[in-house]
Amino acid sequence: MLEITNLHARVAGKAILKGLNLSVKAGEVHAIMGPNGAGKSTLGNVLAGREGYEVTDGTVTYLGEDLLALAAEERAAKGVFLAFQYPVEIPGVNNTYFLKAALNAQRKYRGEPELDSMQFLKLTREKLKVLSISDELMHRAVNEGFSGGEKKRNEIFQMAMLEPRLGILDETDSGLDIDALKTVAEGVNRLRSAERGFIVITHYQRLLDYIVPDFVHVLADGRIAETGDRSLALELEEHGYSWIKERKLGAAA
Amino acid sequence: MSNIETIEAPVSPGMAAVDEAVRKSYEHGFITDIETEVMPPGLSEDVVRRISAKKEEPEWMTEWRLAAYRHWLTMTPPEWARLSIAPIDFQAISYFAAPKKNQPKSLDEVDPKLLATFDKLGVPLHERARLAGVAVDAVFDSVSVGTTFKKELNAAGVIFCSFSEAVREHPELVRQYLGSVVPTSDNYFAALNSAVFSDGSFVFVPKGVRCPMELSTYFRINARDTGQFERTLIIVEEGAEVSYLEGCTAPMRDENQLHAAVVELVALTDGKIKYSTVQNWYPGDENGVGGIYNFVTKRGECRGAKSKISWTQVETGSAITWKYPSCVLRGDDSVGEFYSVALTNHRQQADTGTKMIHLGARTKSKIISKGISAGRGQNTYRGLVKVEKNAIGARNFTQCDSLLIGKQCGAHTFPYIEVKHPSAIVEHEATTSKISDDQLFYCLSRGISEEDAVSMIVDGFCKQVFKELPMEFAVEAKKLLEVSLEGAVG
Repeated sequence: MLEITNLHARVAGKAILKGLNLSVKAGEVHAIMGPNGAGKSTLGNVLAGREGYEVTDGTVTYLGEDLLALAAEERAAKGVFLAFQYPVEIPGVNNTYFLKAALNAQRKYRGEPELDSMQFLKLTREKLKVLSISDELMHRAVNEGFSGGEKKRNEIFQMAMLEPRLGILDETDSGLDIDALKTVAEGVNRLRSAERGFIVITHYQRLLDYIVPDFVHVLADGRIAETGDRSLALELEEHGYSWIKERKLGAAA
Repeated sequence: MSNIETIEAPVSPGMAAVDEAVRKSYEHGFITDIETEVMPPGLSEDVVRRISAKKEEPEWMTEWRLAAYRHWLTMTPPEWARLSIAPIDFQAISYFAAPKKNQPKSLDEVDPKLLATFDKLGVPLHERARLAGVAVDAVFDSVSVGTTFKKELNAAGVIFCSFSEAVREHPELVRQYLGSVVPTSDNYFAALNSAVFSDGSFVFVPKGVRCPMELSTYFRINARDTGQFERTLIIVEEGAEVSYLEGCTAPMRDENQLHAAVVELVALTDGKIKYSTVQNWYPGDENGVGGIYNFVTKRGECRGAKSKISWTQVETGSAITWKYPSCVLRGDDSVGEFYSVALTNHRQQADTGTKMIHLGARTKSKIISKGISAGRGQNTYRGLVKVEKNAIGARNFTQCDSLLIGKQCGAHTFPYIEVKHPSAIVEHEATTSKISDDQLFYCLSRGISEEDAVSMIVDGFCKQVFKELPMEFAVEAKKLLEVSLEGAVG
């Protein structure tokens, strides 16, 4: 469903992605790991269409379409969802209202009928139950005054409501204690399906104990340096990211 | 009446040249082609007398106007506001314009074209009014054209009528209260208004009565080169309550038009007045051509103990807004509130805020001001909190927030605090923020368009004020902000 070929991208004039290739099929979960500054978050932002992330070369094909030609809100409507590393607060805007506006904007774009308040409420109840999120969060302003864990759970809740085809989780595990981590992982696992693909960006392999990936990629210096299965993440944990470099050097010699 | 010139309301010649985009952004920019009776431009004692005669006023009213006029001649326009205003030629303005078919006795006699205008504006004059439970007094240019719900209000003992009618039918009340909160000599524009005011609304709620419905007035300036000088007087007696709404629109004109209104509120012991305004006068085009000069004096006096006056305003229109709805808290334990959203886009300028004058013991006031600047708009909050020496235990809380959209606009805050009693507690909070790229991208990444995202963020910013508005007005206010911000981002 997603085919990234030779992707180069710059942020504020600085080259961050330098020829990244990645192929994600529906039903697969791909973990992207790598040291700080490798370009993990840049990848998420480029895919979601954030302004200021300039693609200088390469292509991204999503469901047969040129993803890079679409505006951010169009990508969302076509099923690309980015769970933010730092979810943004919008004071005074009710969480429920925000989500309803988002869902209906997407449905409208896709030519589907918009949900009325009753239908929306019903859907909200179902998803809340599944994710064990308190009702009270829905009555507060978007992310305003939420704890770190609440913000991340809210991201997953939004994902559950919007039912994207491609979910990109940007360090969703950062700042979470083990209980919150389990809840978030559980939420993601329930969304796993044959039609849906995931890119899970993380710094630590801990999250992958709970969201078990089909592939693990190591991103270093703007490219995929290594690809493997789950065991790669465990090895990384044991040896650290410098191990990849050394191995590469060893192979070259 | 031979000295009254009758002309047809003309279509502004600049109209066709106005950019289509601008036309879209001011949806009330239509002109109603009905016959209008307009006095020739110019101001003199003679004109004041003629306005008074035209309205068949008693002599005391004429004299009151003349005294105001004579005082006005000794005054100069205020220059302290942070506004840049081209000099106004007061002799170039016509001080009276009325739809020609004057004095309708009932709605059936109102010119159908006029009713169609109100229809376009969404004024619920007929059945819609009944459904909405709103009594409407609509002021078109200078004359009040129809007051609905007379009977139901009469039964409750509430008087709600045009100001002219009040002068005729209830002269003793008008005489007792007119100018008692805003004296004719109060300021330049108030003095001018006192001399030439043409109509407005009058509300009287007797002792112990809660007005059974929301009262509403819609103001519209239609004729060209006319000023609108309306006068509103609201009195609630002991333990009485009223909620009053006003809405304002004007067609698009290349010339500036002057609007100088005076609103006086009086609340006796335990009386409560809630006064809400949604102001959408034509703001001028994006280059600052045309638009209404809105110089308004609004003041309420909590005359009795435990009385309460609450102002809520949403100001999106006008080229220039100069307006400080204020509360004089005379009665012990009285309460004053001011909730404001002021938006300036393109080249609009607003210098607005409030004055809370604490005279009585344990008086309380609250100020929530939200300024939004976009385009090249300049937005100034100017507020005075004054605690006089007898105001033992007075309290004030002020929160002043500014939101900037784009890089060429400005927000300014001038809070003045004067405290003459040591027991007073006065709090002031102020913030200035910008709509961040993070917030915008967050909305976009969820599928919300940029325009919707901006209005959602702005709406959230204004929440504290909108929740003070009656339901239908809150919806209208939200819509207005959206329209006013079209093209402000991107």
